[in-house]
Amino acid sequence: MMVVKKTVGSRIFNLFNTLFMLFMIVICVVPILHVFWASISDPALVQKSSGIILYPLGKVSTGAYKIILNYKGIWTGYRNTLFYVVAQCLITGVLTVVAGYIMSRKRFRYRNVIMAFMAFTMLFNGGMIPTFMVVRSLKMLDTYWALLIPGAMSVFNVIIMRTAIQGIPDSLEESARMDGAGEFTVMFKIILPLCKATFAVIILFTAVGKWNAWFDALLYLPQDKSKYPLQMYMREILVTASTDMMNNAGDLIESAQLYKTLVKYGSIVVSTVPILCIYPFVQKYFVTGVMIGSVKG
Amino acid sequence: MKEKKEKKQKVIGYIEHGGIKALPHNLALDFKRNKVIYFLCIPIIVWYIIFHYVPMAGIVMAFEKFKPALGIFRSKWIGFGNFVEFFKGPYFLRLLRNTAALGILDIIFGFPAPIIFALLLNEVKNIKFKKVTQTISYMPYFISMVVVAGIIIDFTKSGGVISNIVASLRGTTPENLLGNVNYFRPIFILSGIWQGVGYGSIIYIAALSSVDQELYEAAVMDGANRWKQTIHITIPSILPTIIMLLIMRMGSILAVASDKVLLLYSPGIYEKADVISTYVYRIGLEQANYGLASAVGLFNSIVGTVFLLTTNAISKKLTETSLF
Repeated sequence: MMVVKKTVGSRIFNLFNTLFMLFMIVICVVPILHVFWASISDPALVQKSSGIILYPLGKVSTGAYKIILNYKGIWTGYRNTLFYVVAQCLITGVLTVVAGYIMSRKRFRYRNVIMAFMAFTMLFNGGMIPTFMVVRSLKMLDTYWALLIPGAMSVFNVIIMRTAIQGIPDSLEESARMDGAGEFTVMFKIILPLCKATFAVIILFTAVGKWNAWFDALLYLPQDKSKYPLQMYMREILVTASTDMMNNAGDLIESAQLYKTLVKYGSIVVSTVPILCIYPFVQKYFVTGVMIGSVKG
Repeated sequence: MKEKKEKKQKVIGYIEHGGIKALPHNLALDFKRNKVIYFLCIPIIVWYIIFHYVPMAGIVMAFEKFKPALGIFRSKWIGFGNFVEFFKGPYFLRLLRNTAALGILDIIFGFPAPIIFALLLNEVKNIKFKKVTQTISYMPYFISMVVVAGIIIDFTKSGGVISNIVASLRGTTPENLLGNVNYFRPIFILSGIWQGVGYGSIIYIAALSSVDQELYEAAVMDGANRWKQTIHITIPSILPTIIMLLIMRMGSILAVASDKVLLLYSPGIYEKADVISTYVYRIGLEQANYGLASAVGLFNSIVGTVFLLTTNAISKKLTETSLF
């Protein structure tokens, strides 16, 4: 056991370091708390307040949430986003496993040729406009497909998956083959369960990415708002300051216009709470993901 | 059973006498053996062709006076006309300056932030406190860009929390900071650090945890204090990680987070906020000037690739660490 002599300087550093870490925690948490407490405060007091709100000001009010939950956009957005997340995870999951499996089969001669064909796209790409023109000429604009297919696969994920599959001994596949298992049985019943950690990482990155995505919707859904994901509605509420939400608000509660700011806060809460509830439990997978990525990168 | 064994031997045989000469023969054999794999390849290859290689070919639009109605093949070829229009246009210098400024500021401030955070966190001895701090520091990363932009807009609006703080520091009246050209860059960089510092530190924290503990013990024997240990042991051990990430960062110096700029900027502050990729978006998708937009996009990605290759070469020479 090593005995560390604690010098005065070391103690002072420890003190300041702890204070700095506390400061970091505060910086990360306080904006979210501010938004949350403000969303249930008395709207008139929020308007007057000039600092950070760390407890509900005045009487707790739920008016903002009444307006939000009555706004169809939030519901449509939520439904679409859930659909996009699930569908994207399915599509990306299947394609990535299949591609990773193919690229890791030693008996398949041309695997390296195809891998190079894929990896080349990491170095060069057409860019926003040519890709948009392709999606347009496929008549995909304003369809659900436009948000699911163009980003369905990433070379990076395929490489990660391939590396994970390569770590599985060939003898497992061989013995399954002996027992008459086909390609798909091997792929999904033997290989996949053995690299489910990597698979989980890919799915989680895909899911969180899709939950937060908005720019693809801006590009590929120029007309059809009914297919907007939640984040696009959030953009309208928070950034472009659309007033759709406030249109019928007057019928719901008195002096609805007062709630304009609170509605923004409330929407942030409504759209962010799910991910903030989930992230502490899944963050360790993200840590693994960063590590896998860095080894390969 | 015996039959299966024979089959296996045949496989080994074909790999052994495989070669360029026997390509057609091998292709037939390979196909027979891996029929399902060949079929599964088709959708994957087709997808890559459609969504990656066709757009690559679509770059020819950059050399055309592209009209969607005429298509790529019948639009008029104008060579470098679009590029000349862009270089001589009024926005070229402004875009280049803004894009480079955000990229460079991000490298100066945004890049070291996670390293410093990781080094300081590494000095925290209470494991539980360390874990909690780390977990909380990831949180902003999981908040969507739209919501982050919404929070920024709210905090920096006239009368917002940050706007008030800035006003009292400078002794002025609160103003909408995002409407003032001079505040865009600090807001952009600082919010980027806020969102990314914890997540960006993951990789350094992992690198730090794999430093050989015996080195520290030896250093203590030699009378090195914590500062000296950091300078002589900790930083040199994570230096390869730092350089690798720096090269990657340099390569994307012009790939400014355009979606964040799109959410935060407004015509009033284009002077400092408009970057190449947002310009591509505006002229391409809002004004439907596809040829010019493709040319500007192509320019951006070429400069980016040159940056990456240059940094990589310099780093190879100086530190023997490189991506490729």
